[in-house]
Amino acid sequence: KEITVRDALNSALDEEMAADPKVFLMGEEVGEYQGAYKISRGLLEKYGPDRIRDTPITEAGFTGIGVGAAYYGLKPVVEFMTFNFAMQAIDHIINSAAKSNYMSAGQITVPIVFRGPNGAAAGVAAQHSHCFAAWYASCPGLKVLAPYSSEDARGLLKAAIRDPDPVVFLENELLYGESFPVSADALDSNFCLPIGKAKIEREGKNVTITAFSKMVGYALEAAEILSKDGISAEVINLRSIRPLDRDAITSSVKKTSRLVTVEEGFPQHGIGAEICTVVNEECFDYLDAPVERIAGADVPMAYAANLERMSVPQVDDIVRAAKRACYRSVPVA
Amino acid sequence: TRRYLRSKPPSLSQDIRSTPLPDPSIRPRRNSSPFFRDMSIMRRMEIAADSLYKAKLIRGFCHLYDGQEAVAVGMEAAITKRDAIITAYRDHCIFLGRGGTLVEAFAELMGRRAGCSKGKGGSMHFYKKDAEFYGGHGIVGAQVPLGCGIAFAQKYSKEDTVTFAMYGDGAANQGQLFEALNMSALWDLPVILVCENNHYGMGTAEWRAAKSPAYYKRGDYVPGLKVDGMDTLAVKQACKFAKEYVLKNGPMILEMDTYRYHGHSMSDPGSTYRSRDEISGIRQERDPIERVRKLILYHELATAAELKDTEKEVRKGVDDAIAQAKESPMPDPSELFANVYSKGLGTVAFGADRKVLKATLP
Repeated sequence: KEITVRDALNSALDEEMAADPKVFLMGEEVGEYQGAYKISRGLLEKYGPDRIRDTPITEAGFTGIGVGAAYYGLKPVVEFMTFNFAMQAIDHIINSAAKSNYMSAGQITVPIVFRGPNGAAAGVAAQHSHCFAAWYASCPGLKVLAPYSSEDARGLLKAAIRDPDPVVFLENELLYGESFPVSADALDSNFCLPIGKAKIEREGKNVTITAFSKMVGYALEAAEILSKDGISAEVINLRSIRPLDRDAITSSVKKTSRLVTVEEGFPQHGIGAEICTVVNEECFDYLDAPVERIAGADVPMAYAANLERMSVPQVDDIVRAAKRACYRSVPVA
Repeated sequence: TRRYLRSKPPSLSQDIRSTPLPDPSIRPRRNSSPFFRDMSIMRRMEIAADSLYKAKLIRGFCHLYDGQEAVAVGMEAAITKRDAIITAYRDHCIFLGRGGTLVEAFAELMGRRAGCSKGKGGSMHFYKKDAEFYGGHGIVGAQVPLGCGIAFAQKYSKEDTVTFAMYGDGAANQGQLFEALNMSALWDLPVILVCENNHYGMGTAEWRAAKSPAYYKRGDYVPGLKVDGMDTLAVKQACKFAKEYVLKNGPMILEMDTYRYHGHSMSDPGSTYRSRDEISGIRQERDPIERVRKLILYHELATAAELKDTEKEVRKGVDDAIAQAKESPMPDPSELFANVYSKGLGTVAFGADRKVLKATLP
């Protein structure tokens, strides 16, 4: 059976709300409008306005209210129409949510999920196209998840809602409508994925490609192309950006001896930079080639289609980098 | 002395029976008001903290509450420990009012194991979750939406309790305060926004920061009351009224007209932006403890000598607490990695030199 990422997220929310009356959803247009991207479709009718709470367009205020409700013991799911707008509220995500358990020596737990689309959509220019994975993943006290497939979306969102700590849940607008096959297990209401564990999406032996969110799909396409050239690529879907599954990355690199990191965000201080460090620390001696890093261009996103295309990684970029890592001659772009 | 008598005397005798003891180690004298005792403890604690800071036993930022005691004490007298309080960084006395002990307070200030946050929060991050005290926040204004969120949860959980979200006249200009107030009013949340107006946001006089320093009026569609925040009985009456009001009608604002004797923090002598005459004038005319002393003597609830005895006991109680707090060791180094998460899922966390120091978070 196939379901879309949108339906996967919707069903995960629905099931967790049915299972625990402390879970509620708040955000802009989550109720009567049925969700700006229809993730919460039908939930207002089912759970009523007390648990599907439409907010005004005031991120700092409603995020603070969500965090306060979590202090008290509720389990809020705060939807940002996109994570770009969460910058209005980042103080509450970092200072109010991530640090309170530590500052209070464990007295104040903050079981909250911040979720919404992150990273580049199509044709929406710089202020609506920013990937925040590296920002949030640098902050102790937060857990940061980035689903790719429908199974990821269901299993990770359910895990995030059940988790007692603040979770930043980074979705991707362009994936909402994509369908993925899901197992019967993954459709069970008890289904949950472990936080902090990556998934080997495709096994391979010549080069490791790490990716998350939409870039997992690109990495898989690249692996398919590479296989025609006799290069067997192993694709790791990180799923969890923090905690990062260091073991999955290092054991794959120990096997392949080559690594390409892929992300949509800016290169400097990015997820790829962190993964390079992990490999440097844990399995430097296993490397047969320098680590290759594919990331968004180091520019604010442009609107024009051709410039936009140059701003985010393409399948070709991943293929080229993998070939470089394998010392295959490649044409210079 | 009658000039300051703004509350009805009968309420004073009720206060004596109903006010909880902030520190069980210091018992009230016969007939002595707990208001007098509690405010004296707070005053003495803050003055002692000043000395400990100067002796370098307290580090970093330290914001003292002396002068504002009537707000903490009057508010507690009107509510229960099921009602919630959240405040900013000037939090020592709010913690005491919630039932926190002097030892926990001093140990936290000195970064010791026995501190209310085990030495990990410091002056600005006192908490007492079992008495619904949610801190202790260092980011000016952020505690107001958080407090509205606690009130949201109280209403969601169908409990007839309220939240007091406290902020200063400096934070009163923060945008997020108005965002949270709007939602609180839209959703009828049982929250009282308590503006402790001590007239200076750090070194900025209220009129230099606010086009309208009438903070109780700045709720627009939300009603506000201006209260003499140096009169603990007036504070109590206002909080009692506010609690009943917000449970039925949604939020309201209480502006407490108060004053801090100390500077903003320990690095501020508090004398560049206000005159020494202003400070000494308020000490002489409006001091909240002296006001209660006069009331007690006027109503012959205790003798001057008995109040002196209470003050002596308070002083001894504070000194004993400091001695006890000093006995408490620094946190164990293993505390460094504790409480990063409530559930660490086996995450590996690193120290400065990751080859030397790392931990698996349980």
